[in-house]
Amino acid sequence: MPSKGTDTATVEPTSQLLTGWGLTMPSRADVQRPQGVQDVVAAVLAAGGRGILARGAGRSYGDAAQNGGGVVLDLSALATLELLDDGDLVVGGGALLSDVIPVLLARGRFLPVTPGTRFITVGGAIAADVHGKNHHVDGSFGAHVRWIDLLTADGQVRRLASDGPVEDVALLAATAGGMGLTGVILTARIGTIPAPSSSVRVDTRRVDDLDSLMTLMVEGDAAYRYSVAWVDGMASGGRLGRGVLTRGDHAAPSEVASHHSAAFPSGDSPRITVPPTPVSPLNRLSLKAFNEAYFRRAPRERTGQIMGLAPFFYPLDAVGGWNRLYGRRGFLQYQFAVPDSGADVVRLALERLAGIGAPSFLTVLKRFGPGRADSPLSFPIEGWTLAIDVPVRTRGLDRVLDDLDENVLAAGGRLYLAKDSRATPATIAAGYPGLGAFRALKADVDPHGVFVSDLSRRLDL
Amino acid sequence: MTDALDRPTSLLLLGGTSDIGLATVRALRSPALRRVVLAARPSSARDAVVADLSSSGVVGVTAVDFEASDTASHDVLLTSVFAEGDIDVVLVAFGVLGDQQDFEDNPDHAVEAAQINYVGAVSVCLRAAHLLRAQGHGSLVVLSSVAGERARRSNFVYGSTKAGLDALASGLADALHGTGVHVLIVRPGFVHTGMTAHLDPAPLSVTAEQVADGVVSGLRRGATVVYVPATLRVVMSGLRHLPRAVFRRLPV
Repeated sequence: MPSKGTDTATVEPTSQLLTGWGLTMPSRADVQRPQGVQDVVAAVLAAGGRGILARGAGRSYGDAAQNGGGVVLDLSALATLELLDDGDLVVGGGALLSDVIPVLLARGRFLPVTPGTRFITVGGAIAADVHGKNHHVDGSFGAHVRWIDLLTADGQVRRLASDGPVEDVALLAATAGGMGLTGVILTARIGTIPAPSSSVRVDTRRVDDLDSLMTLMVEGDAAYRYSVAWVDGMASGGRLGRGVLTRGDHAAPSEVASHHSAAFPSGDSPRITVPPTPVSPLNRLSLKAFNEAYFRRAPRERTGQIMGLAPFFYPLDAVGGWNRLYGRRGFLQYQFAVPDSGADVVRLALERLAGIGAPSFLTVLKRFGPGRADSPLSFPIEGWTLAIDVPVRTRGLDRVLDDLDENVLAAGGRLYLAKDSRATPATIAAGYPGLGAFRALKADVDPHGVFVSDLSRRLDL
Repeated sequence: MTDALDRPTSLLLLGGTSDIGLATVRALRSPALRRVVLAARPSSARDAVVADLSSSGVVGVTAVDFEASDTASHDVLLTSVFAEGDIDVVLVAFGVLGDQQDFEDNPDHAVEAAQINYVGAVSVCLRAAHLLRAQGHGSLVVLSSVAGERARRSNFVYGSTKAGLDALASGLADALHGTGVHVLIVRPGFVHTGMTAHLDPAPLSVTAEQVADGVVSGLRRGATVVYVPATLRVVMSGLRHLPRAVFRRLPV
């Protein structure tokens, strides 16, 4: 169940209760499955008072891909795929990265940017302007989009090219990170990068404390295309922020021993799947033990390890439905970005969340390169980003996160809309100075507010 | 949309000066809450409540005119409140207690109480259910009472109005199951409020704040029925099955 959140077997519209990956905040919408562009145009022109929204694979954590009482489009039928001679990819907005990657690898190419799961759509990747382990080198997904075909509220399909007229460039930039609120991304042309093999060469460092970890990343990340640190979110005191830093680049064919040339997993079947459980097996004790074991298992220092792309980029994709592990009430991911001058907020966040015993196994620290100044709602800004998974049942979580928000904003930082399920309109407005410009552009291209989501209503986007 | 940490962003309190309703608004106060609509008769008490909530840091508090027994006005009222933005939680908290002896001596007074407590509530609950369904999410909180669970000699008119309301809300909870709309029925025992200040408290009496806490926890758990205090669930289960001859003699 790399969840589409929707059943693609039928084209009939169905009323469905939808949530994000965090399994919180359900709302009911009329889910439609257009079979072609004409169906999408018709659906947009027929949208009622509650509006319409394209939903990707449902991997946003909160309510970004929901539209309670309105129409939600499942674009899985818009998944055409063509690799051009120059290496660019022309792909439907509903295509999954998991379907794109094998095609690219067969031609010695790879995605220019990939997040930690391949079970997302191309349209979703653009709408959230996702980032990956190479942000410090290659920027976010939107930076590699040559053009998109955007269906706007007037029923017109506009080809917006990154080297087109200034107003097209502005709409393209607002659509990258625009959370689906500017229109429906039907097709995109995206640059790709060479992948000489389907393996990566990885250096791993186990680091005992946060200062050492951050210093290593500041000093050494530039030498690697990919860099990310797993942090033990439950360690405290002198061990606060201890973690495992993995950095690497694509491996040359000559480096890959024949027994390593494992094929990239095809399709979307995970190796194991978590069944629904009434009681979460994850609690403070089990996760402390897990994190301890994970930390200890990592080598203190290992260089030149050859790994498959899937285990390197998508370790959690091997476990289907891992979001159910946090229990029935669900979980959230708190992800913020701060400039280097706000690096203290990383420590504060780890301290405060460890302080309330928030059980987390996914805490990820990464350095961002420069953000996309022209994209008003694109998340990355140069400096640090920290992402922490926490079950919502954690006591005291609301106050701790509200307080961290203030520190993030005071440091000139912001929260990630694709992860959000609890911020306020004021917090988002303060973190995104471009929000006013986004609203002005939205008012121009979608004057009646046809494209809406539970997120846009909750945060007044 | 109520956020992932169970914090509503908007509330509609029908019975906008109700002690239990206002205690619930205070209990649901958070940085996420930015719209509170108090529906009540125009009065200085209502003005005072708006001022008090606003000065205690609740943002976006407004009042609208609401007369529970004037059911013909409810459609326009509720539609206009929802038209200005989604409502995450609708609290149905209006009602009159009345005086049992007066009800028996003046049946017209009993009819008036039934018009407010039951007929008025039928009107707003069903209309709110429509509007909540149309937005695909939200909660309807209905203030019932253990007095409706088994009518007692000492207040059976009031009890009968709550029995009717409780039955309506129970059916509505089932009707709305799976729609994204959640119905929470709250059955408090004796609550110390302005409405009961002249009465001797019954056993297991609670404050409006305790009822509010029950509402918050019921919303969080997605419960359909909460008793306040929780022990009343067991007590009422016993009382419901007592032989009539015994029940009649109980000093309750």
